Amino acid sequence: MKFSFTDEQLMLKDSAEGFLAEHAGSGVVRHAMVSQSGIDEALWDKICTEMYWQAILVPEAWGGLGLGLVESVIVLEQIGRVLAPVPIAAGVQSVLALRTVAHHDLAQTLLTELAQGKLVALAHTAARPHWGAAGVEVVATETNDGFILNGEARFVASGHSADALLVVAQLDGDLGLFQVTPDQVGVTLSKTPTMDQTRPMGLLQLSKVTVAAAQCLAQSWRQHLDAVLNLSRILIGAEQVGCAQASLDQSVAYVSERVQFGRTIASYQAIKHKAADMMLKVESSRSLLYYAACVGDEALLGTASEEDLREAAAMLASSAGDAAFFCAGTGIQLHGGVGITEEYDIQLYFKRARSMEAYLGRPDQQREVLATMLLDGDDGHAA
Amino acid sequence: MQLRFTEADERFRGEVSDWLSDNLAGDFSSIRHRGGPGDEHVFVEERKAWEKCLAEGGWTCIGWPEAWGGKDATIEQQVIFNEEYARAGGPGRVGHIGETLTGPTLLAFGSEAQKQRYLPGIRAGKELWCQGYSEPGAGSDLSAVRTRAILDESTQSWRITGQKVWTSLAHESDFVFVLARTDPAQKAHKGLGFFLVPMNQPGVTIRPITQLTGTAEFNEVFFDEAICGKDDIVGEPGAGWKVAMGLLGFERGVSTLGQQMLFQTELDEVIRIARENGSSKNPALRQRIAEAHIGLRTLRYNSLRMLSGGDDGSLSREAMIYKLCWSSWHRNLGKLAMDVLGPEAELLESEPYNLGRLQSLFLFTRADTIYGGTNQIQRNIIAERALGMPREPRGES
Ligand SMILES: Cc1cc2nc3c(=O)[nH]c(=O)nc-3n(C[C@H](O)[C@H](O)[C@H](O)COP(=O)(O)OP(=O)(O)OC[C@H]3O[C@@H](n4cnc5c(N)ncnc54)[C@H](O)[C@@H]3O)c2cc1C
Repeated sequence: MKFSFTDEQLMLKDSAEGFLAEHAGSGVVRHAMVSQSGIDEALWDKICTEMYWQAILVPEAWGGLGLGLVESVIVLEQIGRVLAPVPIAAGVQSVLALRTVAHHDLAQTLLTELAQGKLVALAHTAARPHWGAAGVEVVATETNDGFILNGEARFVASGHSADALLVVAQLDGDLGLFQVTPDQVGVTLSKTPTMDQTRPMGLLQLSKVTVAAAQCLAQSWRQHLDAVLNLSRILIGAEQVGCAQASLDQSVAYVSERVQFGRTIASYQAIKHKAADMMLKVESSRSLLYYAACVGDEALLGTASEEDLREAAAMLASSAGDAAFFCAGTGIQLHGGVGITEEYDIQLYFKRARSMEAYLGRPDQQREVLATMLLDGDDGHAA
Repeated sequence: MQLRFTEADERFRGEVSDWLSDNLAGDFSSIRHRGGPGDEHVFVEERKAWEKCLAEGGWTCIGWPEAWGGKDATIEQQVIFNEEYARAGGPGRVGHIGETLTGPTLLAFGSEAQKQRYLPGIRAGKELWCQGYSEPGAGSDLSAVRTRAILDESTQSWRITGQKVWTSLAHESDFVFVLARTDPAQKAHKGLGFFLVPMNQPGVTIRPITQLTGTAEFNEVFFDEAICGKDDIVGEPGAGWKVAMGLLGFERGVSTLGQQMLFQTELDEVIRIARENGSSKNPALRQRIAEAHIGLRTLRYNSLRMLSGGDDGSLSREAMIYKLCWSSWHRNLGKLAMDVLGPEAELLESEPYNLGRLQSLFLFTRADTIYGGTNQIQRNIIAERALGMPREPRGES
């Protein structure tokens, strides 16, 4: 039992922190935010060629780094801290989806392309009203030599900029997983204007899109969707912890400068105690993050059960979602009037915290998942 | 980052649990799960006997060096011991202050003679200790202690006069460690000494204080020229603050995981009742039960991080949030238990004032956020030491 980073993991954390401090400041975020793609192409390029974070979870056989979820969350925590405008979480999510069908030739090609920096986005749901399988609105109909897809998927992370899409569609009472490219006839891909401008989302509309049989990666993928979304919650959790940490850091820096009533406002206990509560939430959700990442790695190896993964993801999503929102919200309060301005970054974190806590299910919905596990089974609860 | 214990550690776990199931049996069965915080007044004689039994089996002070009768147990082994102890329903340890506070303090700061005099009694489970820090005028501000210690060269002894308060288990203890002023001209944390004082002497008077639970675990302790030897001061006169603070550092440690096993049995009980009486259908309670579950697991991973890092023993950021985290969690659990019980929560087990287990939990967890540094003081510490914010201004006197 050594619940701390190995030397290699520490190095990864330090290098991510250092790289992003140098290349991904607030100016970069603000510039990308109002651009068409929402991505800083130069930064993404540098990451793909120098840091290889896009390849972190891609197995070595397909040109990836072959690292695990722990390494992924180490990087994503730093990404969340600076709101780096790069589609890394989207790509890693697709890697997770592709790993469930890794025997498939097309999946191997896509994994190789992902490792090279191509963007593949997972279009999994319309989230109307629910995330996950219940919200899948794309319908696949089997034809003689393939399938026809109709319907739409919303909130596709970085979807509008994707080179290729993985589309989850209803198929004969189960779910199928298909590859679609934006230039196919009947595919409309657009950027969704969102309140949080730091995490661009796409809308995918499919109208009588013909896909070849070879583009079908799986015909009974429902069982995998849950696991992929739970693993995605762990990735988001990492960004949330980073977001919470940055909100705390920026707030402490601000209150340490600002003087009122003849002393820095950091010297007032009402402010100190809020900051302490923020830190408590940051550190607590960070502990759950590292736990969930360990469980995620075990799940990828097949040594953790589905329930363990679901539980870990729900605990993290609840805790980190609340932590990010609490820290960013409290951060605005500690900033006073400037917290309400466009100029200060704390508002960016506030919006980002809101969008992330809602993505894949609000904290209260995650707690309901846990309540079901704890209270509704017949066999007591998983201790 | 590794969640699992090694095979060797798991073998050690088996050894501990085998010994406990063989020994925490027969006459000792009645004290299983008893005597924890809020329940310290029960089965005291049996628990004293149990402490000796544990000592003979070699299971007291396992983290101490072998030279002093310990096992030099690794952090992992200590964690495992505490987990298995709690899982087996091991009773609240009457010797815990000696083992976890006095012992480590003497090992770090004590003289050779002090170690030889006091460590064996603790290791054998025969000499029990209590903590004499707080005074009526010195609570959160411990540095305000006024109890005086004067060296009497003629008898080669220290004479101690003053009053301590909230002294847990003083009435069962053989010794008390006392923070007292050696130099009245000095203020705050200067001019203090750390003394090892026998309880059983004419100069020491103990008066129990009844708690809101109707029971009495803590006491007022009056010192009227109480005596300890010239050599029973740990460190130099004037260096007491350093020793006292070092001791508080030992307080947060490996026992936390055992404590969490107790918390888990309490939460399990609440969940069992919720399922039984239908409050598990109430959406608001479902949210709170899930939150309690998340909170307890958070405590676990917070402490695993805390125990895995900082080999130099320095307090990491995780360690600084730990007290605030668990005390708030436990206090909330007490209220949750009452809400899950519904109207039944109000009914006493029997007259005159015999509380049920969850009622004691509810009432006594209000103390968790007070003793060992209140939640407010914890927040000050976090803000100042972890976040580098300005220190609280001090008043005069
Ligand atoms: C069950 C129990 C067992 C105990 N056992 C022992 C024992 O064995 N040995 C021992 O020495 N002591 C013991 N104590 C004492 C305990 O450590 C003190 O009660 C504690 O340190 C608080 O001191 P106080 O009670 O004087 O409260 P006070 O210090 O008077 O605090 C009252 C309130 O003021 C707040 N406050 C005080 N200072 C500040 C500040 N600077 N900023 C913000 N808020 C502040 C506190 O948070 C609290 O809410 C025990 C206490 C309890 C409840």
